[in-house]
Amino acid sequence: MPPEQSIRKFILENYLFTEDEQALENSASLIEMGVIDSTGVMELVAFLEEQFGIRMLEDEMVPENLDSVDRIVAFVIRKQGVTAGNAAASGA
Amino acid sequence: MPQHPGRKLMSVERAVEQGERAVGSTSPFLAMDTEREIHRITRRIREELGGALKRRGLVVAISGGIDSSVCAALAVRAVGPDRVVALILPEKDSSPTSRERAERLADYLGMAREVEDIAPALEALGCYRRRDEAIRRVIPGYGPGWKSKIVIAGGAQGQFNYFRLVAESPEGTPFDERLGAREYLEIVAATNFKQRIRKTFEYYYADKLNFAVVGTPNRLEYDQGFFVKNGDGSADIKPIAHLYKTQVYALAEALGLPGEICSAQPSTDTYSLPQGQDEFYFVLPYQKMDVALWAHNSGKTAEELAEMIGLTVSGATAIYADIEAKRRATRYLHLSPRLIAPVPEVAGQAGETRLEAP
Repeated sequence: MPPEQSIRKFILENYLFTEDEQALENSASLIEMGVIDSTGVMELVAFLEEQFGIRMLEDEMVPENLDSVDRIVAFVIRKQGVTAGNAAASGA
Repeated sequence: MPQHPGRKLMSVERAVEQGERAVGSTSPFLAMDTEREIHRITRRIREELGGALKRRGLVVAISGGIDSSVCAALAVRAVGPDRVVALILPEKDSSPTSRERAERLADYLGMAREVEDIAPALEALGCYRRRDEAIRRVIPGYGPGWKSKIVIAGGAQGQFNYFRLVAESPEGTPFDERLGAREYLEIVAATNFKQRIRKTFEYYYADKLNFAVVGTPNRLEYDQGFFVKNGDGSADIKPIAHLYKTQVYALAEALGLPGEICSAQPSTDTYSLPQGQDEFYFVLPYQKMDVALWAHNSGKTAEELAEMIGLTVSGATAIYADIEAKRRATRYLHLSPRLIAPVPEVAGQAGETRLEAP
């Protein structure tokens, strides 16, 4: 499943309890919408790490990376690219 | 009105001076007429007891810290020492020093005191075992003789808040690991047994004596959700929930509480490693946190706050964001059970009775 679809599904099912795709705009601020709080962020980070095999660094846990579906998707793709690059560089 | 030991007056000037001593030059905003405030609170306590609550006295669990000590002294001032029972509820991880301080306070105020060791109840519930199992998933060697605490991080730097597990082996080797959501929630859930068992004892005594239970949060804790739902957050009356912590210290002095209480440093007294409240929950020491919350509530800009407490503007902006984030995250703690439809015949559904606005 592409990152965008998988992230949307996680948020819609776990935070909004709905299957209505209209309930979540990709550009909407999850904080301003009241969708996530600090525990919600920790759960989101756990999901991203498990689902996409990435390790989120402390200084990456900022709204610029996590406050909307668009931002999360961009962050995951960027992070996967870095991870893949590191793996290639180490010959893994 | 009943008298109690050490009663003395405190002037506004003295309160201002103390406030300034506590938080540098930034706290005159938090100065108040302490005697007037004591009079107002004690009058309201009596009104609530005789009115909505219809109880004959007050149960206060005291930890030896400033908030519960001030609440106990206010309770005694309000209804006299014979109508107040102090509960001291130690467990394996709470400090013996706190307990001794609490015992001395109860004797000083002339209240009856009951000591109930809650460790056996916590053992039976698996509080320590469940917590340690979760810790071991982060630090596999964790076991008997180790100490630990949870530390907050991120908020002051403009990041989302997250939590770190800090531990120390019996040999003194330190460990510091970021907590994932699952382990964090499990450690906190197990630890929350402590506050909930304490509250169970408080209501046991309240039911037995037909007394009301005093909740002891100050304004920082109440506003920012620093309490356990149905644990220390549960009470019949919260006499200092409208007061900033700096003001609670001023009341302690005005109430004539012993120096060891007035100078007690805020601690959670919940984890086995020493843990300040500003490590676990608040991103600043209480003196600055008080000013930040006051400034936010008073509509001051981040630039103004930065000047007041010596932060950068971006730092002050992050503090304001953190205050709002904590309000969002803990709104649930303040909620009464949600009803699907109103039941208008039942009074008091809207939630707690609040003291009048300051």
